[in-house]
Amino acid sequence: MINYDVVVIGGGPAGMGAAISAKENGANVLIIERDDKLGGILNQCIHNGFGLHYFHVELTGPEYADRFIQRVQELQIDVMTQTFVINITADRMLTAVSATEGIVEISAKAIVLAMGCRERTAGAIQLGGDRPAGVWTAGLAQKLCNIDGYLVGKNVVVLGSGDIGLIMARRMTYEGANVIMVCEVMPYSSGLKRNIVQCLNDYNIPLYFKTTIAEIVGKDRVEGVVIAQVDDRMQIISSTRKYVECDCVLLSVGLIPENDLVNGLGIKMSPVTTGAEVDDYRHTSVEGIFSCGNVLHVHDLVDNVSAEAFIAGASATKYAKGELPHGQSYRVIPQNGVRYALPQRIIAGEGKVKVYYRVDNIYKAPRVVVKCNGEELYSRRYMIMAPGEMESVELDKEKIVGDVVIELEVQQ
Amino acid sequence: MYDVIVIGGGIVGCAILDKLSTYQLDCLLLEKEEDVSCGCSKANSGIVHAGYDALPNTLKARFNVRGNTMYYPLAEQLGVPINKCGSLVLANESGLEQLRKLYTRGINNGVTDMQILDRNQLYNFEHNIADNIMYGLYAKSAGVVSPYEMTIALAERAVLNGSLIITDSEVVGIKNINGSYVINTQNGEYRARVLINASGYGADTINRLANQARIDYVFSRGDYYVLDSTERPIFNHICFPLPNEKGKGVLVAPTADGNVIAGPTSMRVENGTDTAVKKDGLDYIKQSVNTMLKNVNLRKVIRVFAGVRAVAGDDFIINRNNNFVTVAGICSPGLTSAPAIAEYVVEELVAQTGLELRKKDVLIDRKKPIITRDMSNQQWQELIRVNPAYGRMVCRCERITEGEILDAINSPLSPSSLDALKRRVRVGMGRCQGGFCTARVMEIIAREKGIHFDDITKKGKGSEVVVSAIKEAIIND
Repeated sequence: MINYDVVVIGGGPAGMGAAISAKENGANVLIIERDDKLGGILNQCIHNGFGLHYFHVELTGPEYADRFIQRVQELQIDVMTQTFVINITADRMLTAVSATEGIVEISAKAIVLAMGCRERTAGAIQLGGDRPAGVWTAGLAQKLCNIDGYLVGKNVVVLGSGDIGLIMARRMTYEGANVIMVCEVMPYSSGLKRNIVQCLNDYNIPLYFKTTIAEIVGKDRVEGVVIAQVDDRMQIISSTRKYVECDCVLLSVGLIPENDLVNGLGIKMSPVTTGAEVDDYRHTSVEGIFSCGNVLHVHDLVDNVSAEAFIAGASATKYAKGELPHGQSYRVIPQNGVRYALPQRIIAGEGKVKVYYRVDNIYKAPRVVVKCNGEELYSRRYMIMAPGEMESVELDKEKIVGDVVIELEVQQ
Repeated sequence: MYDVIVIGGGIVGCAILDKLSTYQLDCLLLEKEEDVSCGCSKANSGIVHAGYDALPNTLKARFNVRGNTMYYPLAEQLGVPINKCGSLVLANESGLEQLRKLYTRGINNGVTDMQILDRNQLYNFEHNIADNIMYGLYAKSAGVVSPYEMTIALAERAVLNGSLIITDSEVVGIKNINGSYVINTQNGEYRARVLINASGYGADTINRLANQARIDYVFSRGDYYVLDSTERPIFNHICFPLPNEKGKGVLVAPTADGNVIAGPTSMRVENGTDTAVKKDGLDYIKQSVNTMLKNVNLRKVIRVFAGVRAVAGDDFIINRNNNFVTVAGICSPGLTSAPAIAEYVVEELVAQTGLELRKKDVLIDRKKPIITRDMSNQQWQELIRVNPAYGRMVCRCERITEGEILDAINSPLSPSSLDALKRRVRVGMGRCQGGFCTARVMEIIAREKGIHFDDITKKGKGSEVVVSAIKEAIIND
C-alpha cells in the first residue's frame, strides 16, 4: 500500500497543472499516466497557438507541455508512467497496473480526475455504408502523422468542423494530401474562428454547413463518400446526395469526457457536459474527488485547462489538509441561450470566482447577463457569440447570496 | 494429394475441418479472404438458438436442436466465451396463439425446457418489457456466443491437429481428373479425393466450377447496432418479437463479450457482399425495438454493421454427389447448427465416399486464451511477474494487455490484419473503437512481424491503413 495526499489520474495538461498546484500548496503528490511520458495529447499537437493567454507567447503543443513537465520535475513530483488505473473506490483507494510494478494499491487523501476525453467515432454517429480502411478519427490520424510519421490518405474528406478536424485539414495539406472539403452537419462550426480562417480559408478548403456524409463507399479502402445536405430536423435530403471520390475520411464529430473509470462511484454527472458537476473548487459530489480539464468539460484552449487544473490541484491539497471550505452553496443556472456554465455550484465565501460558459447557437449582438436574486451582477454585449468559443465572467463571491442565473438577451 | 479439401473458412467450413482433423486424414481448407470468419460468420446475431423456429422434419430443425446440445461443451473445450442466457419470444395480447404454436413446434423438434409465461412471470425474467407485452415463450437452452471467436477457435484446433488452412486463396477452377479433384487458386493448385463446398454466399460459384447442381440464392442484408457495455446489465435474455414471414425479426440480446446487440433487419440485396449499412435499416431497428422493450438506448451505439444471409429456399442444402459434398444455404440457425452439420457431413457423407475414418490416437486441445480482465488481482499479479507484457495495458476500453495481443499474434492461425487481431482479442472493439490503441497495436504488429506501418492492413490486401510515410506524397508527386 502506497499513501499520498493527492493522486492525480492523467499526466496531460490538466493532470500536470493540478499536480503542480497541489505540490506548491504543500501536498505530496503522485501523477499516474498510462502513456510512456507526460504531456497527453499536447505531444501530438505540433501546431502553434498554445499558451497565448497563460504564457503570453505562442507555443506549440509539445513546447507548452514541456514547460509543465519541467516544473513537475523541479518540484520532484512522483510520476508513474505506463501505468493504468483499473479501479477507484469512493474512499479513495486506487488500483493500478503496470509492467514494472504489477498491480499496486494506492491510498489517497484526495484524487484529481484528469483523464481527458476521447473522440466520437464512426459507430457513435451511425455512419452508414461500407466499413473499409481509411476512416479515421482526426486525433488518431494526427498521432499517426505527427508522432509516427505516416499519412493516412491522399484525398481527404473531413466530417465535422471540430478544432482537431480543422487542424488536421491543414496538416494533411502540408504533408501533400488534397483536402477536398469539410462537411459540417450543423449550421455553424464547433471549432474556433481562428482555426477556420487559418486552417481552411488560407488553403481554399471549402466548408459546407448542414452537410453530412450519408454513406462511406469502398470495400477494402475508402473509394468515395456520398455527401448530402440535411434539413432542419437533421434528416438527409435525398435530392442533394452527391458522390465525392476520396481515399480517406477524417472524423471530427465531437469529444466525450472519458469518465468510464469513475462510472460506479456515484459522482453526480452533468447530462450536458457529460463530465462531473463541480463547485468552484472543482470538487465533485463525492468527497475528496476533484475533476479538471477535458474530463470535466471539453475546452477549446489549453490555457483554460491549466487555469482550471490549478484550482483543482490547490483544492485537493486543501481537502487533504482538512482546510477546504464547505457549507452553503448556490447553483449556477444557465438558461436562454447559454448551454452550460461551470462550476455548477458556488460555495458562499469571499474573493473572486470565474464562471465559464458556452452558448448553444450563433448569436449576433447578444447581451450576457448574470443575475443573483434578481439583481444584475454583470452584463456585457458581444458582437457575436458561437458555441465553439468558451467565454467566462468573473464575479465577486460576496455578492453571491443565492442561485446565480446566466443568460443571453438577444434582440429580435 | 489431400484426402479432403474444404472450400470456405466460415463457421461451417471450420467446424467440418475441425471434425475431419480428429481422423487420420490429410485435410486442407481454402479461404479466399485473409482470415477465416470474414463473411456471414463474423456478421450475425451470435445466437445459439433453442430450435423451436424451424419446421419439423427439416434439416434446420434437426441440426439446430442437435447443435444446441453440442454447443456449450464445445465452447467450453475451445475456451470460447458463451452465455446460456435463455431466450424470450415476446408477444402482445393477440400473440398467445402463435406462441403456443412455436411451443408445440419446439416440442416436436425435440426442444426441452420451454415455458409460456404471462406478463407477471415475464417481468421476473426481463424488467424492461414494453407495456403491451403480455406473454412470452421462454427457452432455457438458448444462448449467445461470439460467432467469429467460435469460428477461429475451431480453425485453430484443426490446425493444431494437423490440418492446413490457406487464406487469400480464391478458388478459380475445379476439375475432376480420374476421380480426384484438381483445384486451382490464384496462388496454387491443390488435389483432393473428396471436395467439400462450404463457401457460404459463394457456394453457387463453386458448384458451377465443379459442374454440380446450381444453388438458387436470395440475399438479404441484416443491419445491426452494437451498444456500449454500459447497457449490458439492463438486458439478461435474448428477446425476440414474434416471427413473421421475413424471419425471426429484430432481436435485442446481450452479447457473449458483454455488449448489447440490436438487429437484424431483412433487406433484399443483390449479392453476398452487399454489407453496406443503410439508414432505412437502422431506422427500422429503432422502430422495432420499442415495440418489444423499454430502455433500449440506441444512442449508446458504438458500432453499426451489416451481414448478408445467403438463403437457398426453405431449408439447408446438404448433400453428396459422389466425392463432392455441398453445404449451402446455411442461414439462421446456421451458427447453432454448424457442429451438428459438421458431424453429419464427416461421419455420414464423407464416410460414404469410401474414405476410411480412423480416429487419431492423440488430439491436441486448444489452449484457453489468457484474459486478464477476468482474473483476480492476485492471479494477474502472478502472471505479470512471469511475463510483464500482461501488465502493459494497450486497449483501455476492453482492457487488453500487450501480453494478450502477443498471444494472439503467436496463435496457430496468426492474424495478419487489424480486424483479424480484433476478432481474436477484442482490441479496438470498445467504445473508443481503437481511437487510443490503434497506433500502439500497429507498433506491436510491425515489431512482431518485422513489417512497416504501410504494410499493415485493416482486412487484407488492398486495405492498407496508411498510404505512405509523410512527405513521400509530396516527393512522389
